[in-house]
Amino acid sequence: MLDQDFILQTRGLSVYYDSKIAVTDVNLNVARNRITSIIGPSGCGKSTLLRCFNRMNDLIPSARVEGQVLFDGLDLYGPDVDPTEIRYEIGMVFQRPNPFPKSIYDNVAFGPRINGFKGDMDEVVERSLVRAALWDEVKDRLKASALSLSGGQQQRLCIARALAVEPRVILMDEPCSALDPFATLAIEELMRELSEDYSIIIVTHNMQQAARVSHYTAFLMLEETRVGFLVEFGESRKIFTNPEDERTEAYITGRFG
Amino acid sequence: MAVIPRTEFQRRRNRRKWLGRAFHGMCLLSVAIALGMLAVLLIYLLIQGATGINWSFLTSFASRHPDQAGIKAAILGSIYVVLVAGVVSFTLGVATALYLEEYAARSRFAKIAKINIANLAGVPSIVYGILGLQIFVHNLHLGKSVLAGGFTLALLVLPIVIVAAGEAVRAVPPSFREGSYALGATRWQVIWHIVFPLAFPGILTGVILAVSRAIGETAPLIAMGALTFVPFSPDSPLSRFTVLPIQIFNWTSRPQEGFQEAAAAGIIVLLVILLIMNAGAVILRNHFQNKWEG
Ligand SMILES: Nc1ncnc2c1ncn2[C@@H]1O[C@H](COP(=O)(O)OP(=O)(O)OP(=O)(O)O)[C@@H](O)[C@H]1O
Ligand SMILES: [Mg+2]
Repeated sequence: MLDQDFILQTRGLSVYYDSKIAVTDVNLNVARNRITSIIGPSGCGKSTLLRCFNRMNDLIPSARVEGQVLFDGLDLYGPDVDPTEIRYEIGMVFQRPNPFPKSIYDNVAFGPRINGFKGDMDEVVERSLVRAALWDEVKDRLKASALSLSGGQQQRLCIARALAVEPRVILMDEPCSALDPFATLAIEELMRELSEDYSIIIVTHNMQQAARVSHYTAFLMLEETRVGFLVEFGESRKIFTNPEDERTEAYITGRFG
Repeated sequence: MAVIPRTEFQRRRNRRKWLGRAFHGMCLLSVAIALGMLAVLLIYLLIQGATGINWSFLTSFASRHPDQAGIKAAILGSIYVVLVAGVVSFTLGVATALYLEEYAARSRFAKIAKINIANLAGVPSIVYGILGLQIFVHNLHLGKSVLAGGFTLALLVLPIVIVAAGEAVRAVPPSFREGSYALGATRWQVIWHIVFPLAFPGILTGVILAVSRAIGETAPLIAMGALTFVPFSPDSPLSRFTVLPIQIFNWTSRPQEGFQEAAAAGIIVLLVILLIMNAGAVILRNHFQNKWEG
């Protein structure tokens, strides 16, 4: 593939918390308009790696990032880059649904508002909720509290909230881990649809999920001597049927981790 | 094979039940003592002062004749001074708390500052009166005025407001902050749209507590130079003033029977104002609190 086909690329990316390393020298190319999943055992640095892509690690005082993250060729950690401007291009959905204690409408409108959007807000809210496959369920109660929704609905609201600022990339950190299988399938279906227009990176502990929805899979691991290093990266089909590295095979077949 | 014989379990269970009841009883007794004292106080006040409360008492100024003495100047003085104190301590307190919790949260400076602020809450109130006299009355040339009094009380309650506001700010779940940062919000936007509105009910509680304390304070205002005999309305921020507790204190130290009655009536007025303020604040707080709970 050509470089233009990658929306995000990491070059020798390492992350430290104080002096403790959590992600080690990761080189990863994230394809445009595809779903890339990051899998690996607990504590191997998946969330840390994901948070490099929208500079959320900046909010943790002890975190330090080395190496490069290129976003369409632009170094996200370059000197002139304002992290708040990155974050509405690269949206994020969290492990636990975290809608604001405001109305459903205000949740979706929050991002456009703080970014100075002046157009037709009703239209943005409707479009985002439709895209997040939540519109039909909430269209009659937009003024109701977002906290009155079920967990699965709340997570879709969080996706709608992220979509409302028209990001190009959506990062998802175990977005289904607090949801039941039915809600999980709904979110997976949604991700498939969204991947036509957005590039998605998802961290997941669920092998089937990674195999089902993602086009590419990155396997991170930790050993006694090294943490958060990339073992294998490639097409999900290949990783889950015929991995090259035996550690990958051990992990996906459940013999380890 | 049971290691402990059944009867042993039985005995222990009985003892636990008995202990539970005893504790329950003790708690009840404490409540009864507290409420009882309050009831005695109120009844005593009502007997002594209720007859003294009438329209002319509320609308007359101080007088040397007990039957003509009124409390108007003190009511107005208390309300104005406490308003100034509330607004100033709210503004400064919230700004300080937000700085310490959001901007400088992990710095050594913030830690030291917080310890010192907590200690300030324990400084005797008269010290603030002396401070107010020097800074506001003399250095800033405000005179022994409503403004100077309000500022002095604001200083006095500022630590309480800062500590309460800081707790309210810390209680805002980090996930809401992350959620808004992830949408491209700046720190200021996160504070203004998320942290402050969610912390507001808690901050309000702190301000209510603080202002309730301020309205009962006597010593710092006397030290600052508030008057005890005010036959006029404090009609400008720079006019001289007195407040309810000073007026009450003044009356209780007079020998005439009539002034004792006026003092009791004054205390009732003070309590009623306190109650109205607290009730209003609780209503306000509930209004903000219940809105979005799922
Ligand atoms: N804020 C932090 N401060 C210090 N160390 C941290 C912090 N966050 C994570 N770490 C450490 O960094 C390492 C990687 O953590 P990370 O959360 O990225 O793992 P993960 O792969 O997402 O794990 P999980 O699957 O359990 O979510 C862990 O050893 C963790 O203890
Ligand atoms: Mg994680």
